[in-house]
Amino acid sequence: MTDGPIVVTTLPDYAARIEELARKLGMTYNAVDFELVPDRFMMETAVYGLPVRMRHWSFGVRYIRQLVQRNMGHSRIFEVMFPGDPCRAYLVDTNSLAENVLVVAHVLGHADFAHRNVLFQRSMAMMGGKILEQAAARAHRIEAALSEHGQERVEAVLDAALALEAHIDVNRVLHRTPRTAEDQDVPSDGEADPFLLRWRDLPGEKQPAAPEKPASRAIPSHPEYDLLWFIARHGPQLEGWERDVFLAVREESFYFYPVFACQIMNEGWASYWHACLLREADFLPQDLYVSAIKAHSDVVRPLAAGRTLALSVNPYHLGFSMWERIVETKGLDAARRICAEEDDFGFVRNHLDAELAERLDLFVYEADADGSIKVVSRDIHAVREAILAPRFNFGAPRVAATKLDVDGSLTLTHDSDSDGRGLDIDRSERVLDYVARVWRRPVSLHTVDDRGNRVLNARPH
Amino acid sequence: MTRRPPPLRPAAKPSEPRGGVRFVAESPWYELFSRGARDWLRHNQKVRQAVRAQIVDLLAEGDFITQPNERTVRVPIRLLDHARFRLADPQKDRGAGQGAAQPGDLLRPASGTTDAGGDEGAGGNESGGFSLQLELKVDDIIDWLIEDLELPELRPTSGATVEDQEIIREGSGRRGIRARLDRRQTIKQALKRRAIQDDPAPFTDDDLRFHQLRPRLRLSSNAVVFCVLDVSMSMTAVERKLAKTFFFLTLSGLRRQYHRIDVRFVAHTTDAWEFPETQFFEVTGSGGTAASSAFRLTLDLLTEHYPASQYNAYLFYASDGENSVDDRAPARTALRALAERMNYIGYVETRPGTTRFSQTDMRSLIGELIDGGAHAGSQLVSDIGDIWQAIRQFFGHEARMETVD
Repeated sequence: MTDGPIVVTTLPDYAARIEELARKLGMTYNAVDFELVPDRFMMETAVYGLPVRMRHWSFGVRYIRQLVQRNMGHSRIFEVMFPGDPCRAYLVDTNSLAENVLVVAHVLGHADFAHRNVLFQRSMAMMGGKILEQAAARAHRIEAALSEHGQERVEAVLDAALALEAHIDVNRVLHRTPRTAEDQDVPSDGEADPFLLRWRDLPGEKQPAAPEKPASRAIPSHPEYDLLWFIARHGPQLEGWERDVFLAVREESFYFYPVFACQIMNEGWASYWHACLLREADFLPQDLYVSAIKAHSDVVRPLAAGRTLALSVNPYHLGFSMWERIVETKGLDAARRICAEEDDFGFVRNHLDAELAERLDLFVYEADADGSIKVVSRDIHAVREAILAPRFNFGAPRVAATKLDVDGSLTLTHDSDSDGRGLDIDRSERVLDYVARVWRRPVSLHTVDDRGNRVLNARPH
Repeated sequence: MTRRPPPLRPAAKPSEPRGGVRFVAESPWYELFSRGARDWLRHNQKVRQAVRAQIVDLLAEGDFITQPNERTVRVPIRLLDHARFRLADPQKDRGAGQGAAQPGDLLRPASGTTDAGGDEGAGGNESGGFSLQLELKVDDIIDWLIEDLELPELRPTSGATVEDQEIIREGSGRRGIRARLDRRQTIKQALKRRAIQDDPAPFTDDDLRFHQLRPRLRLSSNAVVFCVLDVSMSMTAVERKLAKTFFFLTLSGLRRQYHRIDVRFVAHTTDAWEFPETQFFEVTGSGGTAASSAFRLTLDLLTEHYPASQYNAYLFYASDGENSVDDRAPARTALRALAERMNYIGYVETRPGTTRFSQTDMRSLIGELIDGGAHAGSQLVSDIGDIWQAIRQFFGHEARMETVD
């Protein structure tokens, strides 16, 4: 530097310098609002998944688990970041300056990712970027319902809606157009379905056969995987505010989906960029730099201290290693293209190669019901699928609404063929119970167990 | 039909990034309010509701009633679990791991209680043993029991006695202590004064108004409860415990209903004696059984100390049902006389392990009483769960009586 060293000592000062650097390195992102908050608030935000969210007892359980974990020293939350316009990020006010400098750089990495990735872009286009305001508005509406209809009733609706949180159809849009007739549920032309249109445009693809008009006006005309939408739309006796609760939970799920679907890429990308930024940040004092780099290696390390083996793969570490390799072998432009176009499935399947998997010592293990755990494979395909398995279908079994009877009773069907096995009966019965309470008509669920087909039933009570 | 589909990506190049980093001021309420704690309290509330729903099972297991000094019981409770659809546990669960291991390596032996050397242990079960010890007050449990029974508010008898004075707040005046400052009236006075003064002081001593107290007489409802226990040789320890539990719960229920309640304890073999509560359950008699002795003693106590105009009277009798054949006629007479005076006669027959269908002398006597239109009930009790039934029946009867009136 020509104009002599500038003394900067505060986090905002460092943040401004880092952001200057980020622009120089070609990072693009929406504005980021940072807030320094107490540790406990941070933990709560991580537990609730949003800076403001409806109250529900299940969050209390998660909160207490998190609290116990923290007190036992198992987990520490450095950063919570909500992509949007502006993005919102939280820093713990008791963390060291070095740690928070690292987190600022890391958050800029996330913001850059969210700005490039197509899933985030789509989500933002559908719901807008005023994250804080929208979350507050939803929470406020539910709080109003609570004071009007009482905790028991609102809780009953939330029990059902939050239990079905992951059951949205991410291939469809957030705001589904109101239909004049139910039998239009299957898009008759490609208009409502961008995928079909894209497909038609691909060279060498035939026109998909025009879907036959269903003989009767069955509802739904095809298995409906967006259970939250289906219940809000067709619940026989749902009151307005109850639909609103379902739609609020659904909107939040649409918001969470990109984060879920891109976790490895996103954490890897942010780690890659915070490492880059730190490396280039010649304005950091030596000791601060060393502390920050130490925090970095804690975050991206594959194994807990003193361990030689882990029965899980640290997504920060995996993503970081993959991006480093991609940039190394294909260049930054290619990396940015991948960042824009893939989600974790494409990312891992297309870009985690055998060589890297070998270098990272990735393996597949099998945990037997008798408690034994055995390493079964180091084959790259098996490794990829084992990493991705928990990420299918928003992490939930594929359950669709398949029939709405004239008497209002609802049939759900579990697609056990694609999930490979049946549902946990005990839990499913309880979920069904939650649903029946708000559906107010009998609800049944088809799945399989050891002996074959199994139908669970729940009645409203 | 010709409309273009919404593009998969809004633009080939992301729109112009505004960028920028801002630090926003921390909201001051973060330290003051914890939504996690709020929802955790709500969870605990639900746990209590769940415990309450299973209170009968809880009673059957714990024997806190035999330890009246223990005012709380500790119940291990699992955290409530908000259910979601989940796949059934597979025979073999696959996962991805990381570290120096080769196919075939055994990372943990079957049903291993101790961790193998390099085992991370983080995989597999996430639920992780986490349970909650809930401390419940015995009083609370009893409250729940009684509330579940939806016991009626019993009406005082017509000639209810006058009891203590009650102090109530009434009106306001210029004198009083700070704690009883009547803010509303004080401000009213100040406003009135300020309206007519030119340069008014905000408050003066003359503005101050205080709540005034007034004693009030309160009517009370009185009841007397006779606990009668057969302590003859044929009553085993198990039967006594059942009887004691029954008395305990019944009394707890009645104590909530009546402002003042007298309890008299009568034990009998062939003869009957009154005992203080502390000794009552320790009494062991020998020889045969003549229930009439106890009924006569009860009647004597009743007529002597408890005028019908002022007292509700209850008799609860626990026995194994065996009564001497010679005593049948005297017992019948005494019971009939009692039934005239009693709001209710409850009979529990403690017969652990015996068949429920054998008829005993005592039970047929009570049966006659019920057929004769007296307010009475009888229950066979072979375990704690039955006691619950018995209480439900007895108090349920009272509730019906109230609504019929």
